Amino acid sequence: MKQYAKIIWALWIILALVGGYGLIERLVTGHQLATYSSYVPWGMWVAAYIFFVGLSSGSFLLASLYYVFKITRLERIARLSLFTAGVTIIMALVTVGLDLGRMEKAVSVFYRPHFTSLITWEVWLYTAYLILVIMALKYAVRKKLKKLDPQVTKDDDQRLKRLMTYGIPLVIAFTGAGGALFGTISARAAWHTSLYPVIFIVGALLSGVALMTFMAWAFCDNHDESWHELLQFLGKLVLGLICIELILEWAEFSIPLWYGVGSEAELVKFVLFGPFWYVFWLVRILLGAVLPLYLLMGKKDAKSIGIASFLVAVTYFAVRLNLVIPAQVTPELRGLEHAYLDPIGNHLSFHYLPSFFEWQVLMGVVALGMALFYFGQRYLSLMQTLNNREVSR
Amino acid sequence: MNKDRPDRTPESEERRAVLGKMASATFAGLMLSGVLARAQDAAPQKTPIPARPFKGSSDANQDVLIRMQGELERAMQKPINERRWGMVIDMRKCTGCASCTVGCVMENKLPPGVVYRPVIDEEKGTYPNVTRTFLPRPCMQCETPACTPVCPVGATWKGADGIVVIDYDVCIGCRYCITACPYQARTFDFGQHWTDNAAKGEDGALALKSARAYQDPPNFEYGKEWKRREGIIPKSPVGNTRKCTFCAHRLKVGMLPMCVSTCVGRATFFGDLNDPKALVSELAGMANATQLKPEAGTHPNVYYLV
Repeated sequence: MKQYAKIIWALWIILALVGGYGLIERLVTGHQLATYSSYVPWGMWVAAYIFFVGLSSGSFLLASLYYVFKITRLERIARLSLFTAGVTIIMALVTVGLDLGRMEKAVSVFYRPHFTSLITWEVWLYTAYLILVIMALKYAVRKKLKKLDPQVTKDDDQRLKRLMTYGIPLVIAFTGAGGALFGTISARAAWHTSLYPVIFIVGALLSGVALMTFMAWAFCDNHDESWHELLQFLGKLVLGLICIELILEWAEFSIPLWYGVGSEAELVKFVLFGPFWYVFWLVRILLGAVLPLYLLMGKKDAKSIGIASFLVAVTYFAVRLNLVIPAQVTPELRGLEHAYLDPIGNHLSFHYLPSFFEWQVLMGVVALGMALFYFGQRYLSLMQTLNNREVSR
Repeated sequence: MNKDRPDRTPESEERRAVLGKMASATFAGLMLSGVLARAQDAAPQKTPIPARPFKGSSDANQDVLIRMQGELERAMQKPINERRWGMVIDMRKCTGCASCTVGCVMENKLPPGVVYRPVIDEEKGTYPNVTRTFLPRPCMQCETPACTPVCPVGATWKGADGIVVIDYDVCIGCRYCITACPYQARTFDFGQHWTDNAAKGEDGALALKSARAYQDPPNFEYGKEWKRREGIIPKSPVGNTRKCTFCAHRLKVGMLPMCVSTCVGRATFFGDLNDPKALVSELAGMANATQLKPEAGTHPNVYYLV
């Protein structure tokens, strides 16, 4: 990976500059430059938020396989997974925070919560999760950074295991609740499905494990036997999760489409054959499933596993976009799209394509995530563990 | 304005004068619609009701506005939790003039992108058998609103009189309620102004001055003064969700909702659905009264006569 260091730095500088400007614009102009509207009120930032939450949940659950269930071949990746869980949940919260109309009032969810709302539950669960991840990281990292008394190390391990054990139901709860956040909205036919909590959990596992598999491949310089074993194991995990995810996606799409009648069928047709058909067929299916399946079932070498996992992790964003956007592009009352227009910002439109400004802000969030990763690998010896270059406890 | 400017010709002077008068007349006219509602109360115009006299009406030719005004005053004497405000819209009489939309925009000082009562204009059939229908769509003030339980901070709720309200001071602008409304009756205040990117060129300043005379004064939704402002920390209702409240601030002072007052076809009726003698109760009980999307299970308090 060292040979790519300059490219990564250059990429980060571009993201930080372009994204930083976008973040400033967001603060100064609010939501005026965004192309989401009152009729498509949730745009790409909401899709990015659930994407980052999924990455966080998946990487946390992967880490728990080592810390709770003692699958020792995952030891090299466990701490990096836990750290990734922390970084991506911060990215998710920043993204959804920027999506709020009144960011400065977000804290009121704590002092005047309204627990009938799933957003309230989500905020409370994310907060508990973030605290848990920070505490778990403390116990996972400090023994690697300085020599501790054996008893302290033992206590830390026990605390870490306990925290990670509590974390599993917590992660399942907020990931499933993320699906329920959409699934409970009966006004939007495409969202109103009991499948969503399950799809969200499987999707989180798939995207999170795929991200960690890619990182295990990309950021490790010590390609020893245990590294190959690790990648083979993770590759199989990704392969299995792609298959489960595809079955669920088949159920989600085929049921409303089977007889081709009803508003839900129209929405599925919009995803499959509408103006953004390529998001589903090229990004989601070809790059996100067919090519990774080919790579994972073919040569099964480290490079194939790494590239396949990268494709799965990145293109899963297309799944999130297809979940959030198409459900909102059809008027609930026919003719509403022409009834009253916004001549200034076109914020009464059912047509949505993210603006450059929205991409800019997202770039800023990604740059923030990359910066956090840099500090993590610099000060928390995450890569040393991945490279197996430290004395094990 | 510099009168010594060399480019100032008699023609441009004249054009400015005409534009100035037009702008003043336009905004005066817009403002006047609000004044007229009050004037009508004082000096009602006798408009014959085309359909049929309503049951219980003492005078079959009485303007429905007069009757509704009386009913409103009667309802306001009752405790708030004994009122249930409702609206009936006669689609057969609606001409699609959108004066209700304009009146609402004026009354609530709605910025671009925010609308409480659009009129959906739909053309049906094929030539030569073609017809147009007009469906004004205010907030349905549902009995079981889908928009209120989703709010993470309890910033929106159904009031004792049945009106679904939003506390702008509490709303965090997550827009979850917008996604939850089956009638798409909520809109988000993006912080735009009617004068954004508008009125450039030689006469821009004059046009902007006139437009700002409308745009800048506060609105009085919920009986409170709201001066919008964009910025790092915006001033409400910028960044908030907004919706129709049946002009709750007007009801408080005994005035009918603006859309009812401005309806030129007398197609919008308003009153207390808990009052069996009220016009809206009579109309809502008619065989041709229907609700939008009854399958949504929200039990709207807005009825349509079809």
